[in-house]
Amino acid sequence: MLDVEGLAKATGAGGKEKIKIQRQITLPWVEAVRISVRNVTIRLGRTMITASGIVLGIAFLSSVWTSGVIQDGLQQARFEQERELVAATTRDQAKPDGGKTEDSAAVPGEEKQAQNSKRIWLVVMSLLVCGVGITNAMLMSVTERFREIGTMKCLGALDSFIVRLFLIEAIALGVLGSVLGTLLGHLAMLGIFALRERSLSVAAKMDWGQMLTYLLLCILIGTVLSLVSAIAPAVRAARMRPAVALQTEI
Amino acid sequence: MAKIECPECGEQIETTGIVTVCPKCGADLREVMEAVGHERDERMKTIVRDDSVTTHEFIVRTRDLKKIYVMGEIEVPALRDVDLDVRRGEYLSIMGPSGSGKSTLFNMIGGLDKPTAGRCFIEEVDMAQLDAFELAWLRCRKIGYIFQTFNLIPVMTAMENITLPMIFAGMSTDEMMDRGRELLDMVGLGDRLDHKPYELSGGQQQRVAVARALANSPAIVLADEPTGNLDLHTGKEIIDLLKELNQASGVTVISATHDLKMIDVSDRVVHIRDGEIERIEHRADIDLEVGGMGEE
Ligand SMILES: Nc1ncnc2c1ncn2[C@@H]1O[C@H](COP(=O)(O)OP(=O)(O)O)[C@@H](O)[C@H]1O
Ligand SMILES: [Mg+2]
Repeated sequence: MLDVEGLAKATGAGGKEKIKIQRQITLPWVEAVRISVRNVTIRLGRTMITASGIVLGIAFLSSVWTSGVIQDGLQQARFEQERELVAATTRDQAKPDGGKTEDSAAVPGEEKQAQNSKRIWLVVMSLLVCGVGITNAMLMSVTERFREIGTMKCLGALDSFIVRLFLIEAIALGVLGSVLGTLLGHLAMLGIFALRERSLSVAAKMDWGQMLTYLLLCILIGTVLSLVSAIAPAVRAARMRPAVALQTEI
Repeated sequence: MAKIECPECGEQIETTGIVTVCPKCGADLREVMEAVGHERDERMKTIVRDDSVTTHEFIVRTRDLKKIYVMGEIEVPALRDVDLDVRRGEYLSIMGPSGSGKSTLFNMIGGLDKPTAGRCFIEEVDMAQLDAFELAWLRCRKIGYIFQTFNLIPVMTAMENITLPMIFAGMSTDEMMDRGRELLDMVGLGDRLDHKPYELSGGQQQRVAVARALANSPAIVLADEPTGNLDLHTGKEIIDLLKELNQASGVTVISATHDLKMIDVSDRVVHIRDGEIERIEHRADIDLEVGGMGEE
């Protein structure tokens, strides 16, 4: 069964050479990206569980901003309706009064300010949720792979390779999770408002330019947050002595 | 540490007592070392190969190697002053019951953990002196590891597992593919290139691990209970494979085991108990034992 000549050829003369210690070890970026991205995509189920922290946090953020933009749109529409109504009545009564229309404009303005501060508070809250969820997700994805990290170090990986692989993975996970979360929060809010208003006109009434900016911001924040929160666990795991990393049982 | 002068070329050499040849001209330094107070140790004799390259008989040496694990209040001594010399090209089995310190010794020799005290030399180099890059290089290029639990990367195919250390070594993609195929053919898995570890049996996974250990033509293969998770027959196949490799390419194999059935291929067997070397058997003694058993 064993082909001894093949063995000698395949194994090379490594055994007979004298060891002269050197230090060039590489992990090209292309390979690093390939390995990390495959790691994320190959076990999508596992990845989605890990990413659920990101998805939930970003969905919260996205829903807060979406509902904000929708409410603004609705308010604007109602306000314009009112103004038209007022204009119509004044026209009907043939009593032109410019001051009156300005008065009705002032009321939603105050309302808006109160709403704004509530919204900022919600955004801060959702960012906190995001932060906790994502840090937890990253911690999980690193700890469940201590053995793999130990193995890679046995095969000659430098600490920096491990960190690099995990950071690329965090970015991939971050993009994936935040795109999903953003859509989830956005669509959920659209649905809720459409049901409440009993019409799909909410979509027509909102400022889509502003909405898009917020959605992109959600994705950016999710990605940056997952990258940042991956740094600490990745560095800690990479520094572990291989023997310790290999011994951990999960 | 003493400074001595090479009698042949006059090179000034710092010696710790371990280096016994001049790094510049290869001259024997033992006479001079004795003169400055180093005890002569016959085990440390050097041999000169016919290709006139000076090589040392011992590829791995440990001196007073100690490892104490500290767990809260309790100190667990796992290795107590282990002096072990591993000859270049030999098949060495480390034999001992569970908990005797085999894995700990394996970790020290493989540069996977740091000893509490004492030293471990690969060739003439004290592992404690190596920086992170040199240590990684050593692990990547000169030592191949085989584990009881196979430790293949679960998301990677057999081929990807084998080529990973080649990536680290800076091999080109074409070269990697060729060599990966060659290695998988060699362990009899030429048709399993794209299989994931979970699609392979334990014995097949361990074969992939053997191929991976050989990826960069190492000088030493360290196997920690490579048959521990395999049945007798499959385990035997892995041991035979390691022995064939050892004979075909001269790679030094150090294999830990607690199974007597796995040691009859060894050139020497080091028996270890409670972190101490109990005795060392040589090939001749083992043959005698096996022969004796056959006659009964
Ligand atoms: N990480 C660790 N922390 C504490 N004690 C350990 C650790 N690793 C091993 N030991 C102890 O060291 C001794 C030797 O263990 P080990 O080298 O794994 O033995 P073997 O491989 O021969 O079974 C045992 O008593 C074990 O309990
Ligand atoms: Mg063990």
